[in-house]
Amino acid sequence: MGSIKIEQLIEKYLDAETTLKEEAVLQDYFVNSKVAPHLEEYRALFGYFAESKNERYTKTIQLKTQKKNWKWLSVAASVVLLFSVYTGYNNIQPSEPEFSDAEIAEAQIAFEELKGAFQILSKNLDKGTAAIGYLGEYETTTNKIFKQPVK
Amino acid sequence: MNQSEFLNMVMPFKDKVFRFSKRLLVSTEEAEDATQELFLKLWKNREKISSYKNVEAFAMTMTKNYCFDRLKSKQASNLSLVHSNYKENGTSLDKKTNLNDSVSIVHQLIAKLPEQQRMIIQLRDVEQYEYEEIGKMLDIKQTAVRVALSRARKTIREKLIKQHNYGIN
Repeated sequence: MGSIKIEQLIEKYLDAETTLKEEAVLQDYFVNSKVAPHLEEYRALFGYFAESKNERYTKTIQLKTQKKNWKWLSVAASVVLLFSVYTGYNNIQPSEPEFSDAEIAEAQIAFEELKGAFQILSKNLDKGTAAIGYLGEYETTTNKIFKQPVK
Repeated sequence: MNQSEFLNMVMPFKDKVFRFSKRLLVSTEEAEDATQELFLKLWKNREKISSYKNVEAFAMTMTKNYCFDRLKSKQASNLSLVHSNYKENGTSLDKKTNLNDSVSIVHQLIAKLPEQQRMIIQLRDVEQYEYEEIGKMLDIKQTAVRVALSRARKTIREKLIKQHNYGIN
């Protein structure tokens, strides 16, 4: 392409009246062909534009969806918790009236026996504490015999 | 919309989003963070997205707004975004621009342009969007896009000619 045509295009280019096609022609001329000396400064310009286009975003784009998963996990956990509480409650409720009279009577007897056993145990404990009472007496008599350290 | 459908939809313009945010935020790392953050936002709003005609344009608008927010918060914390604040961790482009002086000069000249012009140069001359699309993305009129673009191109050209003639940096 003749440099006169290029000069005309350059004029249009500077006035921002070129189309994208015309700009592509300019770019091609300045990057790929021998440039007339008086148009030398445009070579750097179009060379720069051509080169800039090659810069890439090399990292991978991360779309963090893990956050969301955690949220759903907590929802699921609370559902499980509620469900288990509900079923657990239902299991306990109907179990009470299921005992037969014989069983209740048996339990009553066992309870009485246990009560007797505990009474015996507490009586024996009382004996023990009564015996400890003597120790108090021992303490007061030793205090009389030995001199108390003066503070 | 599931993940792979979403990714298929947004993948074609992920590099554009990245380059656009880099143009605004300057640092590669900041731009990478912004890109990641932006796609996460899009993912969260995926139900809304399907109702948009042009998801790409919508994404670019979001990128612009997000980067502006980042820049504001930087200024608020007294951290000015000067190019020298950032160690570029050698992407291929940076290495190349260091090798090729005249190309890196263009990079610096664009970086000195006002934000609006910088965005329009990026969207037009690098990403090759139509004037109409750019107008929608930046929420300005097409004529305003053309005026700003013309100004930006002329500024860069003048400075390039100056440097070409006198070799001033």
